[in-house]
Amino acid sequence: MPQANADIVRLDGAEKHFGAANSFIIRLDGAEKHFGAVRALSGVDFHVGAGECVGLVGHNGAGKSTLMHMVAGTLVPDSGKIVVRGASEDNFSVPRAQQLGIRCVFQELSLCPNLSVAENTRINHPSLTGFGWRRKAADLIAAKLDEIFPDHGISAFDIAGDLSIGRRQMVEVARAFTLTQDPLELVILDEPTSSLDAHTAGQLLAFVRRFVAGGGSCILISHVLGEVLQNADRIVVMRDGKVVAADAAKSFDRDRLVTAMGGAEGHQKAATETAKTEAGPLRVRARPARQQDGKELVAHVGEIIGLAGLAGHGQTDLLLAIFTAAGRAKAGIEVTAPVALVAGDRQSDGIFPQWSISENIGIRSLARLRSGFLISPQREAELADFWQKKIGIRTPDVSNNIFSLSGGNQQKVLFARALGSDARIVLMDDPMRGVDIGTKLEVYDLVREEARKGRTFLWYTTETEELDNCDHVYVFKNGRIVANLRRDELTEEKIIQSSFGDAA
Amino acid sequence: MTAAAIENQLKGASTRNAAARARRLRSLLPALSLALVLLAIAWLNPRAISYFGFSLMLNLAIPIALATIAQMFVIAGNELDLSIGTFVGFVGCVTATWLKDAPLLGIVVLAGSIGVYALLGALIHLRNLPSIVVTLGMSFVWQGLAILILPKPGGKAPDWLLSLMAFKPPFIPFPIIAALLIAAVVHFGLMRTSYGVILRGSGGNAAALKRAGWSLLKTKILLFALTGLFGVLSGMALIGITTSADANIGNGYTLLAIAGVILGGGEFVGGRVSPIGAVLGALTLALAASPLLTFMHIPPDWQVAANGAILIIVLAARVLISRRER
Repeated sequence: MPQANADIVRLDGAEKHFGAANSFIIRLDGAEKHFGAVRALSGVDFHVGAGECVGLVGHNGAGKSTLMHMVAGTLVPDSGKIVVRGASEDNFSVPRAQQLGIRCVFQELSLCPNLSVAENTRINHPSLTGFGWRRKAADLIAAKLDEIFPDHGISAFDIAGDLSIGRRQMVEVARAFTLTQDPLELVILDEPTSSLDAHTAGQLLAFVRRFVAGGGSCILISHVLGEVLQNADRIVVMRDGKVVAADAAKSFDRDRLVTAMGGAEGHQKAATETAKTEAGPLRVRARPARQQDGKELVAHVGEIIGLAGLAGHGQTDLLLAIFTAAGRAKAGIEVTAPVALVAGDRQSDGIFPQWSISENIGIRSLARLRSGFLISPQREAELADFWQKKIGIRTPDVSNNIFSLSGGNQQKVLFARALGSDARIVLMDDPMRGVDIGTKLEVYDLVREEARKGRTFLWYTTETEELDNCDHVYVFKNGRIVANLRRDELTEEKIIQSSFGDAA
Repeated sequence: MTAAAIENQLKGASTRNAAARARRLRSLLPALSLALVLLAIAWLNPRAISYFGFSLMLNLAIPIALATIAQMFVIAGNELDLSIGTFVGFVGCVTATWLKDAPLLGIVVLAGSIGVYALLGALIHLRNLPSIVVTLGMSFVWQGLAILILPKPGGKAPDWLLSLMAFKPPFIPFPIIAALLIAAVVHFGLMRTSYGVILRGSGGNAAALKRAGWSLLKTKILLFALTGLFGVLSGMALIGITTSADANIGNGYTLLAIAGVILGGGEFVGGRVSPIGAVLGALTLALAASPLLTFMHIPPDWQVAANGAILIIVLAARVLISRRER
């Protein structure tokens, strides 16, 4: 009966001050969207209530981003209705969404790297003009950064391009919560923690809880299921452009979420597989440049070696040093086989944006793809087709442009590039950033399979769960190896202890 | 936990300071290269460092600085204008003929040409065309129009323009005052105003700007219109100095303007430009172009090549500093 009452209230259009669960900030009815022949969304009903944090999960390519672009006004649905605060919006657009207090932090970093933090704040606030606007913008963003990320160490006059990727993400999140003349009702956070370390991610999620408790609304998209389970009030699961489950967060657990997303198989295998005992021939021996004691990283044939620790503590530097050492001799590093690198920041270091999928896969294997002086298109296509089938790159045609793929599938292309090459050592620089759980599980299997065949993997990751796949884990702090853990002595506590503890 | 946080903060501060230091060094480079050229001139010919010497040496610096600023606006939006040189020539021909004989017609034509620039910006944005292609085509259009207006070198600058460019303020030579004024006005407009942020942002991350609800069509039109405006000012200033026009008078300006922007710390993509740097770059080029080489007793036949060599040296120094940044 209370349900019915609330519905009547809503019809009266005075829902704002009544029961949180029934006062919708935004509601989409039967939203549909096609991109050419691809149906990205097929009739989705979705709503967000006031003072509610909605968790949105699903594979890459399940339609989450498309749905969020509609909520933010950057995409217009082909059919369906958008209702904001009970009023139907026929010409919904970005400025309209902003007027109504809907903000979005997109997955791709959307700061202007040539502008300062304050100037980037100004871009989202048309009202920051006139005399003294720089001071106002600087105060606005600095106060918000202080509130969300105490001890953030960012100045409002830093140029965005000079900041690390984690700090850029912090600025972007803080910017979405700054307030000038437009109201602030709903913030969409698309993978907000993908570039943050555990400490700052915790600060952010705590802030989100405070924001929601204060009556704000939030949509949280994350591939870290624990984050969604702990912080969302309600969880919506999407698959193949449809909502397949929507329920209170309490009624979900990890397994139910994974099952709903359709990526269940193979998860248990990781933990049960037995560690290898005998060590094969040496593949890599490397000492970080800043290492003062005798600790060094050692990898043998068929081993998966994890590089752990807080983000940006020298793991990437060591991987790059090993990569260089494969080409020419370098002091303190020994590499005995060809090397390939899977980049973490795929937009800037990984893909060739103008090229097709098959060209992106073939670039690391050009010597093998040659016929005479030229690259043979057939062999390139064969290689690409093989890997498309093997790791399930979702595309009708590998000669399509790489940008026709979703983020997770682009990352698969980078894996195919490395695994399809002659490299016996594969360096992975946190490659699973912002990749959905289904793709992750597929790639884990692939990595273990390739390791059994004798490939060596050096795997830097910021997600502790992924380290379960490794035979050996080195924990980094301030550019040095501070701990060296075998799989059987690996626990999250130990890693956190070494990452935060004093370097011995 | 707190220890880690503090350490994190220190680490962030130090890497950022390094980046900021490198950037400061790079932003000082245009001033340094100008100082170096000035020192060389002072060493070779001390008498040149005087009111009269500067007025003479920097005579042509004003139109070069204006053309460089014009080029800087399109570069701020990740585009390139290959027609600015012939456009300056076209404006010169209009200034030396119609603007003197039929001022109203001259004003309409010059305002119209700024309008053409704005339309080019709209066309490039709407049809997603490469600006290099469009402006390369336009460079022949401007050149052809200039020849139609003034088939043979000649014409005469309007008197008010002549007296403006011949202005002799006390103590500080006019070209230096003009350069300071240009740099200050454009710096304020592009670097300090709130809409200037949007203009630069369109070169830095156009997609982000669009998502925030700004019109990219408007920024592109405005950047191109500003290029047209400063191109017009450059052509008029040039004729004010040379007193008569020639259809080919501005041809060298295209590459000179691009070099000036880059010399001044700008980059071809990413919206990273500096108006003050661009003016300094233009002054450096103007001085290195002929006064320095004349004092070095380099024969005129070799001056163009020597000019190029100086450009390569300065740009190489810039690349070396940027590389240290990483």
